[in-house]
Amino acid sequence: MNLEFTPEEQAFREEVRAFIAENYPKHLGDVGLREDLSREDFLAWHKILGEKGWSVPAWPTQYGGTGWTPTQRYIWSEENARVNAVMPLPFGVSMVGPVIYTFGNEEQKAKHLPGIRSGDVWWCQGYSEPGAGSDLASLKTTAVRDGDHYVINGQKTWTTLAQYADWGFFLCRTDTDAAKPQEGISFILVDMKTPGVEVKPIKLLDGGYEVNETWLTDVRVPVENLVGEENKGWTYAKFLLAHERSGIAGVARSKRGVEKLREIAANETVDGEPLIEDFEFARKVSQLEIDLAALEITELRTLAGEQAGKGPGPESSILKIKGTEIQQRLTELTLEAVGSYAAPYYHSVANDDGSNEYPVGPDYSSHAAETYFNMRKTSIYGGSNEIQRNIITKMILGL
Amino acid sequence: MDFNFTEEQDMVRDGLSRLVREQYDWETRRAAIASDAGWRPEIWAQLAELGILGMPFSEEVGGFGGGAVDAMIVMEEFGKGLVVEPFVPTVVCAGGFLKHAGSEAQREEHLSAIIDGSRVFAFAYAEPRGRYNYADLETTAKKDGDSYVLNGHKAVVIGAPWASHLVVTARTGGGRRDAEGVSVFIVDKSADGITTRDYETVDGRRASEVYFENVSVPADALIGEEGAALPLIEQVTDEAIAAQCAEACGAMKVAHAMTLEYSKQRKQFGVPIGKFQVLQHRMVDMYTAYETAVSLTYLATLKLDAGEKERKRAASSAKVGVGQSARFVGQEAVQIHGGNGVTDEYAIGHYFKRLTIFESEFGSVDHHLKRHISLA
Repeated sequence: MNLEFTPEEQAFREEVRAFIAENYPKHLGDVGLREDLSREDFLAWHKILGEKGWSVPAWPTQYGGTGWTPTQRYIWSEENARVNAVMPLPFGVSMVGPVIYTFGNEEQKAKHLPGIRSGDVWWCQGYSEPGAGSDLASLKTTAVRDGDHYVINGQKTWTTLAQYADWGFFLCRTDTDAAKPQEGISFILVDMKTPGVEVKPIKLLDGGYEVNETWLTDVRVPVENLVGEENKGWTYAKFLLAHERSGIAGVARSKRGVEKLREIAANETVDGEPLIEDFEFARKVSQLEIDLAALEITELRTLAGEQAGKGPGPESSILKIKGTEIQQRLTELTLEAVGSYAAPYYHSVANDDGSNEYPVGPDYSSHAAETYFNMRKTSIYGGSNEIQRNIITKMILGL
Repeated sequence: MDFNFTEEQDMVRDGLSRLVREQYDWETRRAAIASDAGWRPEIWAQLAELGILGMPFSEEVGGFGGGAVDAMIVMEEFGKGLVVEPFVPTVVCAGGFLKHAGSEAQREEHLSAIIDGSRVFAFAYAEPRGRYNYADLETTAKKDGDSYVLNGHKAVVIGAPWASHLVVTARTGGGRRDAEGVSVFIVDKSADGITTRDYETVDGRRASEVYFENVSVPADALIGEEGAALPLIEQVTDEAIAAQCAEACGAMKVAHAMTLEYSKQRKQFGVPIGKFQVLQHRMVDMYTAYETAVSLTYLATLKLDAGEKERKRAASSAKVGVGQSARFVGQEAVQIHGGNGVTDEYAIGHYFKRLTIFESEFGSVDHHLKRHISLA
């Protein structure tokens, strides 16, 4: 037992650090709010990594994966977090990609995997519906067979960044008479330019535009866009969610966030003394660091299990719960740290001339509140933290 | 990075697990802790025979070449069975002082006796008014020719009634709470001038208040350098913290399993109470608390040989996180057991008591949060 990285792993770290230093787009160096990014910004690093062959590290090598060990992938995520990199979005790389190479046919693999790898095709996720959130299996969007096509009707919601999407993967009901709600669901790929697909923005409480309602009205989709078997979509949906959860802990990013928090708290003052020397505040930062250290080792233990051949299991639910709690606590402490300057609304005080200079309060205060509000999503998405507890109850406690 | 145990370590765990299961069952333990002796020397002899007491020591001194990970394995198994025998005071603490700073003569005299089970130690570091500050000492040791003369009162010395020898911290110079002037001695408990008041602890062990009145010990009773022992004490107590965190993990694991089992058996409103989501989620949170405690115990254990600051931060992180988990798991376990949880008859309450007292040894959660802050 030891916590040391091997010389090979150290060398790997040097290699990826050098690559990032040389190739990461300079203008994306310190992104404040992700919602300010353009489509091109989101894809910039993805495309560079696609050319390098590093955009889908976790995929099997025959589909373009790097063959890195879980530890190497962990180092990779740490090094990217150091520069606060805008990583390839998960919808193609971590969600639909693994479903296609695991359950899709050869035509689907040939058609869709290259675009996911290169970053040329943007994917979005059509899972939740207004009436089907945690109870996802109660979804009502239907896909009715009509000759060589499915005709899809229904409404999806929380479709993240669908305003940029080229393609979407949708869970649709293909058998309305199935005995259980989980049966009779199919996993269908939809070209977002198909007539009848309509994307409407949902404004979030941070003022940003990150998610959408997606309406599907008589959308005709060729039957070859069905992944796997008809009515077996729930199996693929669950497979995808387990993949979505691994890596969701965001340890490396939170470590970077704690460093940033310490910088802010060293700069802010209480009665003339740095906030970080205020015992009550320092206590909260230390507690956060301790919980983060526990999460980090827990994730490394899980990775070691993966390295030994175990797939992402129900333990990933622990990582999701703890990881998101820590991410939220971090934004909460950052909000506390900036004091009164939490209040100015970013969109109200931002410069109209497009410059990045923030005219009110210190720079680091500019997104504290927006980020805090935005991050409330983390304990809700990907299966709410309560649903994660249900998963652990069933899969680990056996109740 | 490697989280695997060696084959030898797996064997040790299996052997200990069997010993606890077969010879340390609940009724036997209950009778043993209520007996006059309060512990079972025959178990200690078996541990010596199995090589457990010599595991963390190098082969040159008659040990088996293991280290902190081995101590972690031992204490996790002890925690599962609420084993009271004094592995931490004797092997981890006394053994640790000797290993790190003992002279050749001291090692020769004491280490082989620890390894063969013939000599049991207690670690007298706490004082009535010193709380968790190892330098806050009123006990003094004054040089007098070829000897030191000890005076003072050591508090809640765990395992002292079973011990033949004590490791004692005392001030040889400097002012109260100064970092300089702290020294460590090995003292024969039967020395003239030592009196003890022995008692039971709430978690089933035995301890003593130990009084020193002009106790004269030879100069070679001093371990390490006179007046410069504080870093040594911190090193050894960090090792003890790692080991006791492992013990708490073992106890938490069993407390959680017992609670889960109870929730499957106990019926109310016509169904097992484990069917209630409000209890399911609490048991999930207990499970998560246990898993994070295991992670922090690994961290503390694997950083014991790292740089001083890294080691201290890891040990304090573990004492905070494991302490919080221990309190949470213990309280929840009793709550979910309902009225049965607060009876003496049910085992769960005894796990709760051990998990509670664990926090007060080698520094509380608050103490270690402060230490963590000071190491930022």
